[in-house]
Amino acid sequence: MEVEGESWLKKTPLNAQHLDLGARMVDYAGYEMPVQYKGVIEEHLTVRSKVGLFDLSHMGEFELTGSGALGTINFLTTNDASSLDVGQIQYTCLVDQKGGIIDDILVYRTKSGFLLVVNAANAIKDYEWLKENLQPDTELIDHTPDLTLIAVQGPDSATLTEEVLNISVDLLKNYSFIEVQYEGENLLLSRTGYTGEDGFELYFPNHLANKLWNEFMEQGEKYGIAPIGLAARDTLRLEARMPLYGNDISSNTTPLEAGLGRFVKFDKGDFIGKEVLELQKEQGVTRKLIAFTLLDKGIPRQGYPILDAEGKEIGIVTSGTLSPSLKKPIGMGYVELDYAKAGTEIQVQIRKKPVKAELIKGRFL
Amino acid sequence: MSEKILFTKEHEWVVAKGNIVRIGISDYAQNELGDVVFVDLPAVGDRVEEGEGFAALESVKAVSDVYAPVSGEIIAVNEELEDSPELVNESPLDKGWIVEIEIDGGAQLGDLMNEEEYKAFLKEA
Repeated sequence: MEVEGESWLKKTPLNAQHLDLGARMVDYAGYEMPVQYKGVIEEHLTVRSKVGLFDLSHMGEFELTGSGALGTINFLTTNDASSLDVGQIQYTCLVDQKGGIIDDILVYRTKSGFLLVVNAANAIKDYEWLKENLQPDTELIDHTPDLTLIAVQGPDSATLTEEVLNISVDLLKNYSFIEVQYEGENLLLSRTGYTGEDGFELYFPNHLANKLWNEFMEQGEKYGIAPIGLAARDTLRLEARMPLYGNDISSNTTPLEAGLGRFVKFDKGDFIGKEVLELQKEQGVTRKLIAFTLLDKGIPRQGYPILDAEGKEIGIVTSGTLSPSLKKPIGMGYVELDYAKAGTEIQVQIRKKPVKAELIKGRFL
Repeated sequence: MSEKILFTKEHEWVVAKGNIVRIGISDYAQNELGDVVFVDLPAVGDRVEEGEGFAALESVKAVSDVYAPVSGEIIAVNEELEDSPELVNESPLDKGWIVEIEIDGGAQLGDLMNEEEYKAFLKEA
């Protein structure tokens, strides 16, 4: 159906800023979001060498409160939230009965309960899943429409954040957060990100959106700050070898296959998907998410077949790009277990041509 | 003999000299694609059929096929694109040309758009 006139897409409170900055806007998870401003390579390198500013207000924020909140979290996610102190954050997965990943999320332990930050594309699905599986005495609140989320990422992000918010971040560790007073409001500042750089994510009421965005842009000018679109967010996370839901992980993959086993805690008690995952751990996975670089020209893309050295199909590419930092084609994908060792030579079928590739260990840079 | 620039609905441009056509992509297309980082070129001597994807432009984000607006034989490729794919962005209508094709039989370029028609086509889209 064609809709005339006003776009039906949701807009973040920073929509006008993006248009002013000349962003190309796209539909992402039902939101009109900036995919790029000046260009993906330039934006990517700005985050690696200076500092970049992202609007992530499309992401979902749900709060669980009440005496059943911890029980709910621990029953619905794979990690153990009981180990969190107030001010700490953990990465975890929501999984279904088959051990398939419903979403990968961050859990913030707050004074009043838990704040869950979820992928925009999964927000509605996650909310329904949480609601269906709430333990007694638990309340679920959706803060998504009321919160603006911006990320400040890059080597100069700490200094800039200190200047704008008039605080020190020396004691703020990775995967932890603090409350910051600003214009009479409580902001939530966490040392987290999806770029592989030092960085921060800042959650605050929508009415401060323009003021804070402008503050970061203006005070960041001396560091060479740039606004960063979703395209560079994708290349940044891929270089850092962080999985993207919908590409590298989905309901058809388990945390163990995706190399996220350290976020699955079997000794914490019962949780949805536990039986299947325990069995998979015992028997071993049959395929694994791996990372590779191409040894010849070409760019791997989601869906391209992965072949062994002889040309037999052994897997599939789930993400790929030309790494702007390394100027090399990089990618991730699933391969049969026998081929999942670093250093193994594989091939990626790019259109009609198989191109040699090599598995790497750890991050790309 | 015409050296007028013509456009396809797939946003390629074509300039014909006799039965040889030079092909590239339009400024609109390069802008939509974003930074081109790799051009997968065909080989000189390859045969292409009208409507067939004969080259691929890779941007950071996506890959985009270049379709043959005519049938014929590839008689030249822009080898500079191998080391400088960004020419497609910087100079789409000139230094960023992609291939030259020698057309089978007579040129059949009648259904392509001239510059004005292409501009109108972009407005509609």
